[in-house]
Amino acid sequence: MKEFTYQKAADVPGAVALLGADPDARFLAGGTNLVDLMKSGVERPARLVDVRELPLDRIETTADDGLRIGATVTNSDLAAHPEVRRRYPVLTQAVLAGASGQLRNMATVGGNLLQRTRCAYFTDLTKPCNKRDPGSGCPAIRGEHHNHAVLGASSHCVAVHPSDMAVALAALDGVVHYETADGPGEVPIGWLYLPVAETPHRETALPPGALITHLTLPPSPVAAHSRYRKVRERASYAFAIGSIAAALDVRDGVVHDARVAFGAVASRPWRARAAERILIGAQAVTETFGAAADAEMAAARPLAHNAYKVTLMRNLTVAVLGELAEEAGR
Amino acid sequence: MALPTSSVITLHINGEKFTLPVDHRTTLLDALRERLDLTGTKKGCDQGQCGACTVLVDGRRTVACLQFAVAAEGREVTTIEGVADGERLHPVQQAFLDLDGYQCGYCTPGQICSAIGALQEHAAGWPSAATDDLRPESGPPPLTAEEIRERMSGNLCRCAAYASIVDAVAQAAGTRAIQPAGTQADSEEQAA
Ligand SMILES: Cc1cc2nc3c(=O)[nH]c(=O)nc-3n(C[C@H](O)[C@H](O)[C@H](O)COP(=O)(O)OP(=O)(O)OC[C@H]3O[C@@H](n4cnc5c(N)ncnc54)[C@H](O)[C@@H]3O)c2cc1C
Ligand code: SF4
Ligand code: FES
Ligand code: FES
Repeated sequence: MKEFTYQKAADVPGAVALLGADPDARFLAGGTNLVDLMKSGVERPARLVDVRELPLDRIETTADDGLRIGATVTNSDLAAHPEVRRRYPVLTQAVLAGASGQLRNMATVGGNLLQRTRCAYFTDLTKPCNKRDPGSGCPAIRGEHHNHAVLGASSHCVAVHPSDMAVALAALDGVVHYETADGPGEVPIGWLYLPVAETPHRETALPPGALITHLTLPPSPVAAHSRYRKVRERASYAFAIGSIAAALDVRDGVVHDARVAFGAVASRPWRARAAERILIGAQAVTETFGAAADAEMAAARPLAHNAYKVTLMRNLTVAVLGELAEEAGR
Repeated sequence: MALPTSSVITLHINGEKFTLPVDHRTTLLDALRERLDLTGTKKGCDQGQCGACTVLVDGRRTVACLQFAVAAEGREVTTIEGVADGERLHPVQQAFLDLDGYQCGYCTPGQICSAIGALQEHAAGWPSAATDDLRPESGPPPLTAEEIRERMSGNLCRCAAYASIVDAVAQAAGTRAIQPAGTQADSEEQAA
């Protein structure tokens, strides 16, 4: 690991000023991803600015009855928060589906959003990787890619974003708020992650040096009836191979409103808008749910070893929407 | 202005203060084991994947391998060496002994620290991925074997002593939680 300086930021302007425009400086939050990547040599910062003691650790109801979630709120505190459990259960379930109790106690909201891919080539410095070393190639396309993207990938990178939390936030229309030396800004979660295209090393729309300060969730009546389901290769403590965040409002047997997002299928949490268009206004029956999944997965371009994800996402969609519809009918 | 890449820090561990110079690259785990001779905390994977290095920081369970010692300054760290009350073992330690919650014992300090944290989280009403009813007013879910397995999934055991680990955690929880509400023992716990 490269030597680095360490400074603790006391307030938001101080944190932004300490980081400055230095490409070799990083914010340190829970450290659960950054420290790991520094050990493997993927990240080689010369300066760390610790943001964990910033006063950004609160969850509050907003004036429009949405929720404002501070960037340093731990994943544990987010999942356990009464308002999140009551009004956005899909978010509690998504966070609890990730990592372990120890890691969730350390991990923060800001760090979770900006965690890097778990593609094994990305963390192996002996291998080429366009994301880590632009222009060096993507060995995953012809190599080990059973957990890589089937949607929205490019011939330059087929990695998936590993966050569970972000999938729920995509379904909930979350907005990311940040601070820069030039003032504050915001970006909806749907625009936070850039399309892969030819620049997989450029991951987010955040300006350089931006500090994520908080998220906002708009009020969402449909979210009260929502669910996250994750499929992984062991029962717990593993990344998703496919996941879904869904919310459904069924009235008199008809889908009145719906939100669907998929995880572990793309370089970003995948808001399933084509599926939602089929769902809204249709009968809340298995055939509709299958058609919705098919509409979304029509754009899938699987690789040699990950076509199973197309079937997996269909089955997950039918199962989870079916459960939500059945509960609504009770 | 050249900033230093090492610092003299003061760590608060098991109620004691330790002042030492550290290279910023030193993890809390390496500081405990290599610098302070607190070798109860184990190194398994060094990547956050096994839980062997679990310690409590400000009362919450964390992995010591993914935090820098310099960032732990000012926080209250509790390691396996600090969980007993003098000669009296912590109820979780006693339960692991009573029920053979280990084979080789390498993962055990991490399992015990993790279980202590997990039982506090459960008592505080935190749900887990195994909890069906998320409504806050429902309080802590019944501590079933499934709940224990999920809450303890961050601790791997190479010897696969899982069955007795689950039993030990359940027993330890019983000494505190299975008492009917409002009994003498219960209110003493709450006062303590
Ligand atoms: C063994 C293991 C298993 C895991 N399993 C899962 C899983 O199943 N599902 C899942 O979703 N995640 C999983 N994770 C990932 C975990 O959720 C992330 O590592 C964690 O959320 C990152 O948060 P952090 O606060 O520790 O971030 P850090 O590691 O501190 O930071 C990560 C990145 O975000 C930047 N950053 C942090 N905060 C800010 C901010 N406020 N503004 C701007 N930039 C910021 C940092 O500079 C860094 O680049 C796992 C991790 C491990 C080690
Ligand atoms: S999929 Fe992306 S991250 Fe993985 S090797 Fe290819 S370029 Fe790198
Ligand atoms: S050594 Fe820290 S989790 Fe394995
Ligand atoms: S008892 Fe041997 S690793 Fe758990």
